Amino acid sequence: MKFLNKIIATLVLLPALALASEGYPLDHAPDRSNNMAALQNGAKLFVNYCLNCHSAVSMRYSRLKDLGLTDDQIRGNLLLASDKVGDLMTTHLTVKDAKAWFGSAPPDLSVIARSKASESGSGPDWLYTYLRSYYKDDSRPTGWNNMLFPNVAMPHVLWELQGVREAEFEEVEDEHDHSKKMEFKKFTTITPGKLTAAEYDSDVADLVAYLNWMGEPEQSTRKRLGVWVLIWMSMLSLLAWRLNASYWKEVK
Amino acid sequence: MAFVEKKLPADAPALDKALNWVDARFPLTKLWNDQWGQYYAPKNFNFWYIFGSLAMLVLVIQIVTGIFLVMHYKPDAAMAFSSVEYIMREVPWGWLVRYMHSTGASAFFIIIYLHMARALMYGSYRKPRELVWLFGFAIFLCLMAEAFFGYLLPWGQMSYWGAQVIVNLFGAIPFIGPDLSLWIRGDYVVSDATLNRFFSFHVIAIPLVLLGLVAAHLIALHEVGSNNPDGIEIKENLDANGHPVDGVPSHPYYTFHDIFGVTVFLVLFTAVVFFAPEMGGYFLESNNFIPADSLKTPLHIAPTWYFTPFYSILRATTSDFLYIVQAGIAAYVCLVYLKSSLPALIKMAFAAAGLVMIVGMMPFGLDAKFWGVVLFGSSVMILAGMPWLDQSPVKSIRYRPDWHKIVFIIFGIAFVTLGYLGVEPPSPVRNVISQVCAVIYFAFFLLMPWWSATGTFKPVPKRVTFKPH
Repeated sequence: MKFLNKIIATLVLLPALALASEGYPLDHAPDRSNNMAALQNGAKLFVNYCLNCHSAVSMRYSRLKDLGLTDDQIRGNLLLASDKVGDLMTTHLTVKDAKAWFGSAPPDLSVIARSKASESGSGPDWLYTYLRSYYKDDSRPTGWNNMLFPNVAMPHVLWELQGVREAEFEEVEDEHDHSKKMEFKKFTTITPGKLTAAEYDSDVADLVAYLNWMGEPEQSTRKRLGVWVLIWMSMLSLLAWRLNASYWKEVK
Repeated sequence: MAFVEKKLPADAPALDKALNWVDARFPLTKLWNDQWGQYYAPKNFNFWYIFGSLAMLVLVIQIVTGIFLVMHYKPDAAMAFSSVEYIMREVPWGWLVRYMHSTGASAFFIIIYLHMARALMYGSYRKPRELVWLFGFAIFLCLMAEAFFGYLLPWGQMSYWGAQVIVNLFGAIPFIGPDLSLWIRGDYVVSDATLNRFFSFHVIAIPLVLLGLVAAHLIALHEVGSNNPDGIEIKENLDANGHPVDGVPSHPYYTFHDIFGVTVFLVLFTAVVFFAPEMGGYFLESNNFIPADSLKTPLHIAPTWYFTPFYSILRATTSDFLYIVQAGIAAYVCLVYLKSSLPALIKMAFAAAGLVMIVGMMPFGLDAKFWGVVLFGSSVMILAGMPWLDQSPVKSIRYRPDWHKIVFIIFGIAFVTLGYLGVEPPSPVRNVISQVCAVIYFAFFLLMPWWSATGTFKPVPKRVTFKPH
């Protein structure tokens, strides 16, 4: 039966060998889930740039206290005058207006980082790549396009920070059927933004770290607690193992 | 007969007196002894015999966490998705309860599949345990229904479109199909009405049936006694007290044995709950973090992993494949006619059913979608036939010819491959592989009456193989 067990174990691991899907490759988002300063900066960017159109209806402003902010800091820096610290992160943009202006309603961002995971990469990887793949495209109604999410409805909200970039394409011939197609070559900056490329990447990493945290604010508690639960369960199983052995000793 | 109550001495402990009072009115001590305390189980159980107890544990976990989830969940299309996030964020320990429930669902299926694999290996469904197997099979059906209904409740994109796809399958049934799926949904699309009825089934109807079946499964098992890795009836060797020589009372031996198994399981279970609750998208799919949208169909709709072996068989049934199925049915009817000792009437019934199916699969007959649903259903239902399909003279794989082990392994590979292909998007190559695996899957069961009786069987010992610890 050992042979059978081995085969079962091998087959269980098969899905890991799944072929990676094609498409624009994802960059790996830096892990800043335990960096409070980064998460606070991400929260600031989120409230200033995203929350005007997107909502995060499962999230309360007061939850930002988990990131080390105080009620006064939240009230003073992150809230509109009419909002209260205990309010949910709603938006004043109506679905009707959004459809008229952008063609579709902006998705709620409460769990956006969890929804974007795929075989190509984690949810944060997708967001990190997406927010760094905008380029100027005059053929689009907003004037912007995106390499990862072609013909996206959202304009490049962070353009002030990143500056304006164009995408260069070159014509390549397919090896097999010799058809011509346009392949992305590189981005070129035509108007610099307020930040350097490295600073922009870092700010986006902070924003993505915040979005990831907001997807599951309990995640660090969960992992911290998990270590103790595992230690305790392992000790219990050790005890149960010896207790069981002491009973079975007498069975001949 | 007059009511007689055993008289205990006046200075007997209060607890004994209370138990005596109850026992005179309700068979509490008898029930405990029959079902566990004095239930003699074979002493040679191995690793594979832990999954029954673990299934019971997970059932309790699902019921208890389910009760707490229902306190905060809203079965309303407008509120369901955010009420789950409310549980994850604002209900104290809600995230833990929810992750235990979502992980528990997958754990339940892992355990049940291993529990069933054990039964296949050691012939635990053979006479006199046919009803134990049939009750267990019914539990498996309930579990699939429970998982299917429960998966709609988070009201994410996968919940919604998964339910849409499965309910639409009923639409393939001739004449009544479209009306039947409309009746199941309660609306023209999956909607608030569907969510409400699925919630009702998930929290009341199915669990009630499930609990009854679990009780029947255990009562039947404890009546006939457990099988063991050697496939020997331990009741045939009794000691002076009438207890099986190769058995031990479940309490305390299997009580502590199972507690040990439970703690090891809980290490693995909590590792998933606390460190990988999404399990790479297999336990919680990323698409299900997008609220249900009836206007946006996801590119790739896959059922949760535990349904995929059967789902693959459904997808493998294309119109080309039907020719192979027709040939298979014709060959099978011939085999039954020439090589079985069934009564002539039953042989005729086989031929008639075969003919109806072959004609039904003709291009002018019913479409491949309908036959896909038939094969999908049959792939599950065929498990119920195990006690009668298996004609091996010995129960346990230990004493079967070595090539039987290879047959089991090939079946296992086909089953897991079907499961793997079911989570992947379809492609022509994958489709051919799943068709081959589907043929292996059905051949394993349908040809079992012949292959399981063939070969050189090893002598079965009189006593169980047991090495003292």
